[in-house]
Parts: sequence; C-alpha cells; structure tokens
Amino acid sequence: MSLTIKANLIRQHVIRMLLEAGSGHTAGSLGMVDIFTALYFHILNHDPKKPDWNQRDRLILSNGHICPALYAAMAESGYFPVSELMTLRKLGSRLQGHPHRASLPGIENTSGPLGSGISQAAGLALAGKMDKAKWQVICLTSDGEHDEGNTWEGVMLAGKYKLNNLVALMDRNNIQIDGFTEDVMPLNDIKAKYEAFNWHVLEIDGHNMNEIIKAFDKARTILDKPTIIIANTIPGKGVSFMENKYQWHGKAPNQEEAEKALAELKSK
Amino acid sequence: MINPKAYLNPKLFDQDIDQVASRNGFGEGLVLAAENNEQVVGLCADLTESTKMTAFAQQFPHRFIQVGVAEQSLVTVAAGMALAGKIPFAGAFATFSPGRNWEQIRTTICYNDVPVKVIGSHAGISVGSDGATHQALEDIAIMRALPNMIVISPVDAVEVKKATIAMAKLSKPCYMRLSRDKIPVVTTEKTPFEIGRAEVFYEGADVAVIATGLMVHRALQAAEQLKSHNISVRVINCHTIKPLDKEVVIKAAKECRAIVTAEEHQITGGLGGAVAEVLSQNFPVPLKIIGVKDKFGESGEGNQLLDKFGLTKDAIIKAIKDVTALL
Repeated sequence: MSLTIKANLIRQHVIRMLLEAGSGHTAGSLGMVDIFTALYFHILNHDPKKPDWNQRDRLILSNGHICPALYAAMAESGYFPVSELMTLRKLGSRLQGHPHRASLPGIENTSGPLGSGISQAAGLALAGKMDKAKWQVICLTSDGEHDEGNTWEGVMLAGKYKLNNLVALMDRNNIQIDGFTEDVMPLNDIKAKYEAFNWHVLEIDGHNMNEIIKAFDKARTILDKPTIIIANTIPGKGVSFMENKYQWHGKAPNQEEAEKALAELKSK
Repeated sequence: MINPKAYLNPKLFDQDIDQVASRNGFGEGLVLAAENNEQVVGLCADLTESTKMTAFAQQFPHRFIQVGVAEQSLVTVAAGMALAGKIPFAGAFATFSPGRNWEQIRTTICYNDVPVKVIGSHAGISVGSDGATHQALEDIAIMRALPNMIVISPVDAVEVKKATIAMAKLSKPCYMRLSRDKIPVVTTEKTPFEIGRAEVFYEGADVAVIATGLMVHRALQAAEQLKSHNISVRVINCHTIKPLDKEVVIKAAKECRAIVTAEEHQITGGLGGAVAEVLSQNFPVPLKIIGVKDKFGESGEGNQLLDKFGLTKDAIIKAIKDVTALL
C-alpha cells in the first residue's frame, strides 16, 4: 500500500474516531496525517511489537491535542488493534483525550499543555548524546505553541548544545483556537528566528510524501546543530469543507458532517 | 528528654551549636549520589553556586546542564532526560522552581511519573534580605497537591545529604526544599533517616510538636524549656511531608492528646494542613498550626524575620500551653 493510500485510510479513522468521541481536534489532526504516515511507515526506526525497544527513535508529540492522528497511525502500524481507535476519549480507554505515557505503550511523553515538547525532546537528545546512543529524537510541534515561552527556552537550549540528534517538525498550519496565527500573535519570520538560535531550517510542503521523507533524510546529515522542518500544512486537509477553517480546530464532526467527509475521502 | 536512638548532635542546646545552610548538604549529597550512580545528572537555572551544585558541575562536567534563567525549561529538559533513563536533579530557587513551572512539573514530571528531583533552594522566610519575592512560603502546598510527588523538607544539612542520596535511589518524582541561611545542625550521621518516616527526636507524652525544617530545632528548645515546668513535650521531625507518616501522627494524637505543628511556610496547605487532614479523619485532637499567617514576607535578617512572623521557640511554647488548655 502506498503512503498516500495509507494516509487516506488514517484520515478516515480520524473522522470516525472524532465522530464516536463527540469531541476533539479535527483540523490539526487531519493536517498532520501525511507526516504521521511518513513517520510510522517509513522514517522512524521502531518496532510496534516492542514499544520499549531501547534502540527506537523517540517521537515526542508536543501539541498533544492532535493525538487522533497519532493513535490512528500507531494502530495502523501495529501498536494496538485498529478497533480500539473507537474508544478515544471514553472512560477506561488507553486513548486519552490528550496522550498519556503510562496509558498506552509506544507513547513517549504525556502532552497537551502546549510549549513543553521541544524542551523534553532536548532533554532526551542530551541524554542520548551522553550515552552515545544511535537513536534520534523527533519532536512534532505546532506553530500556535510558539506563543509559549517554554518553546523558545527549549529552542535556545537545543541550539546551545548543538543537538544534532534532534529534529523538530513544525506544523505550520497558520491557525490556532482563536483565529489565524498571524492575527492572534504574529510569528513573523519563523525561519530567521530558528536560524538565529543556531538551528538548521528546512521548509517543505507537509502533504508531499517525497518532501517529508527527503527532509528527514537531509536532517540526518546536519551534524553540527539541530534541525527544524517547517512543514506547511493545510488544517483539515482532505476534507474540503474543513480545510483552512480555524473553526475546526477544536471541534468534532457531527453524523452528517462525518458522512460527507468520509464520502469525500473514499472518492480519492 | 532527647530520644537517645535519634543520635542528635550532642551540642543540640549549646550556644555554639554548628550552623550550616542546608543547601550545603545538597551539594555534598549530589556528588555522592553521582559517584554511586552514573545515571545521576544535574541541571541548573543559572544558580549553580547558590544551589551548591558547583562541586557536581566541576566533577561531572558532561553530566551537568546549564539551562540559563529558564525554570520551565529546567524541569521539562529534566523530564526529557528522565524519559531516557537519567535521574535528573534540577536546582533553582524555590519561588521560581516549583513556583514558576508548576504546570510543567505536573504534566511532564508527575503525570509522566519520571524520577526528576526538583530542588528548591532559598525556601522560607529566613532567606532574609532579598525580600518576599525570593522567600518561598507556598512550595510545600503546591507540590503536596500533585499525584506521584514526594515532598521532603529536611531539618539540617546532614539530613539533606542523606535525603539527596536516598531520593536518587527512588524512581519517583521528588521535591526537596532547602534553606539559604545557616541553621543549627540538629542531627548526626547516625540519626536514622528514611523517606516517608517521621522520627521522634524528643520524648514526651503531654503534647506533641510535629515540626519540619529549621522549626524542629526551635521545637526542641521549647521542649527542653518546658521540661522544667513539668510539661512533657514530644518533638517529631517530619522531614517527609508527603507521603506523611500517618502512623506516627496518629500515635502522637492518641498518646499526647494535643498537637502543635511548626513550619516555615504558609499555614494553608503545608505540614499543618497535612497533619490536620490525617487527624480530623482518624483521631481528632486539639491542634495549633504555627506558620506564616497568609502574608508575604519582607526584607530583613533571617532571624529578625522569623521573630517578626512568629516562627519562634516562644510561639511554640505559647501554642503548647494554648493547646493543652483546650484539653
């Protein structure tokens, strides 16, 4: 199965999960599906049957609210049964509304409160370097959470310690809860900001599988600093009436909307 | 009388008792813990000398991370290192860590349940001249409220050293508060120490004073003074606020029938609150809580401030008399 077909399947899971849960974050989840697919089915060095395997790459999700896409990619790659996806946000589920490390094997970090991912990833990368480990740390972060001071504290530290075993990817979808990022709190020239903090910056189309894979390949060749991949994405990607609408940031589809979304995805 | 099994400093009631800042014990303990276990790492937010992490940083430069003046980064980077199997000690002033980074501690340390050791130096009003901004009086309350967190408030530098070594062996999140000023050395190397166990330092049966940090020495002085007035005071060193040693607290209530608590912390949510929770639900007896009464501190010398805010031997004696009068 091609990565594109796999991504389409994962998008369908996301819609069904959010419908069943009755709440959750649709736009960001759909927007990051291509990246999660590329990671779990091509980029990450991991073993879904041995989630504690010490040589695995560590995937830190900083903006935990897009976890429906994470869970769907994990289930499709074999961490747990696909049927369990429908328990999202329900009592007793391992699929908490925001990811909880102890609840589900394969989740590296508890997240949800924004801005803490890059620092945790930097801590992992520091520890990896101390132990001369071969594994890589990949941190997924959102543009919106760059409003948080903690994000920039982590960015500064990773630059200082030249953490070349850390690759961050920013979901640059230009939206956050209250509106467009550049209206809520302008981020301006993200590339220049990261470069000023001694990071290598790559910029890609976050829906182009080749570009995603090439960027992570390229990042492994940058040996003197951490790399950030600014991935331009379309929030709500794949469902035309959700695309680029910040109103879908924190909303789940109703039955009618879900059926319409699934019909569109299946037709692709 | 002094509990002989506590092996307290023989100079306990002497004018010239040794005085050492408890943070010094942390500096020594951290080096020992690091020698015992190569997974021990240290992180500091631009306060390496103030938190006494300098010796560690010099001896283990590759295991020391300077995060800059960034307390949220301090604990989240530490959490990340713990995810990879490290045992991080993260040091700063208690007003800033855990004061400024409470949510990061909650999510990335406690909910992740990783063994980061948050070290808050300059706790209490005895910090002195820096003033209220730098005097942590709420840290026990905010750390005690967090699931998985162990909260330790040692009596002196010797106990801090033991606590540092002990918490390095514990695969749980810990918070330890330290004093800036020199305080009496109450214990010796032989004094028993176990996280979660309160120790009777002074035996008595009329009233029990459960104290923590520098207030333990003041409670011991109060007990010694009241001995000549035929009031028999039990003094308990409660270095672990969470999990509280319920057994020792309930036993004290049953045998002494009145309790006084003493801490260099707000009267809400600290040791007194923790003891009140246990007593009220198990064996209610009259209780007086000595602490800072819902106020901010101010500049001054440590001892002047302890006097002004009523954290004294005399305040303990008065509370003992008041609480026994209630019986």
